[in-house]
Amino acid sequence: MSAKELGLVGCHECHLLSRQQRPASGQAAYCPRCGAALHLRKPNSIPRTWALLTAAFLFYIPANVLPITITTSLGAKQSDTIMSGVIYFLLHGSPEIAVVIFTASIFIPLMKLIIMSYLLVSVQRKSRWRPRDRTQLYRIVEAVGRWSMVDIYVVTILVALVKLGVFADIEAGPAALYFAAVVVISMLAAQSFDPRLIWDALEENHD
Amino acid sequence: MNLIACHECDLVNRIPPLPRRAAARCVRCGGLLLRAKPDSVERTIALTLAGLVLFVVACSFPFLSMENAGIVQETALFTGIYNLYKQKMVPLATLVLLTCVLIPLAQMLGLLYIMIPLKWNRPARYTARVFRMFLHLQPWGLMEVYMLGILVALVKLGKMATIVPGLAVIAFGILIFVLAAAYTSLDPHLVWESLEKKP
Repeated sequence: MSAKELGLVGCHECHLLSRQQRPASGQAAYCPRCGAALHLRKPNSIPRTWALLTAAFLFYIPANVLPITITTSLGAKQSDTIMSGVIYFLLHGSPEIAVVIFTASIFIPLMKLIIMSYLLVSVQRKSRWRPRDRTQLYRIVEAVGRWSMVDIYVVTILVALVKLGVFADIEAGPAALYFAAVVVISMLAAQSFDPRLIWDALEENHD
Repeated sequence: MNLIACHECDLVNRIPPLPRRAAARCVRCGGLLLRAKPDSVERTIALTLAGLVLFVVACSFPFLSMENAGIVQETALFTGIYNLYKQKMVPLATLVLLTCVLIPLAQMLGLLYIMIPLKWNRPARYTARVFRMFLHLQPWGLMEVYMLGILVALVKLGKMATIVPGLAVIAFGILIFVLAAAYTSLDPHLVWESLEKKP
């Protein structure tokens, strides 16, 4: 039996089970142990996650089209996008770095957006298909998203090391901003999704 | 007997007292419910204190230096953040500063604020609030991702110049493992249960 069916609420923060209270309108119920606001499920999980995912999808486009770094070397300017950086590494003998950047900056963000969209659609259609695997999918997406930030840090370090005057100058391009937005927003999307919704469909179909 | 609703599928599980180092998982979805952690409070305090020392070293010593044609360029942890700021990339500079410096620092301080009084069985004031902040910040401390970024940047620049890792990078690298160990030895249930004993 789930806590919801038993008339209990598990606190999101400290996991204490308490009886569902019916607070007067305009008031919220609070956990008797840690004082966090109690919700049966994360509030507005589905619309909130959709909104964040849509924003992340939109930012994903300028993040990949615009330059992420602008290198000036002896007066010549060169703009690099995420993909052109990957190709550069592939052609100049560092395929392992090409794989790291491609995975972290292109593959993971896109897969994350697709998988989160799929999970939302499956929850909205009250799918009963493989809930355990879908929960596992969610766990993976949530755990892996943070590693996408690596490209932002590479840019930060390049900007620190290659300073004006020595032999080249590297500047962060506008895509860096959009890309950081994609990573942060999709992390927020994964956090606002409530995996318990996957399991609610199974219980509704019981009766 | 202890009842816990699974955080991932809401199934109510009955948890018997756990033997040393055992973990309880949800019978329906396999989510982690509880893990027994020996000497949790002492280990968390010790490792977090070690983390603070390493953090100070990582912030104050040279981070990476680059040698090219006899010119040596030294940078600190903050150089990149400062340069981004100068390039008018303020949101980006703020993001890096938060995820790699301020959030890990806030987490360490918050954890010590809670755990040291807990060691003497006297929960500190605002324990619930501070601990909740600590847990909410958990996904946003990204030092290990920064370390991967360092490795990628080293390979990228390695062909143009010689990069010498400074003391700070080494401290930073160890800090990642020490903090990972501190957070693994932390048992959140101990903190929450301490709130129940309060008068």
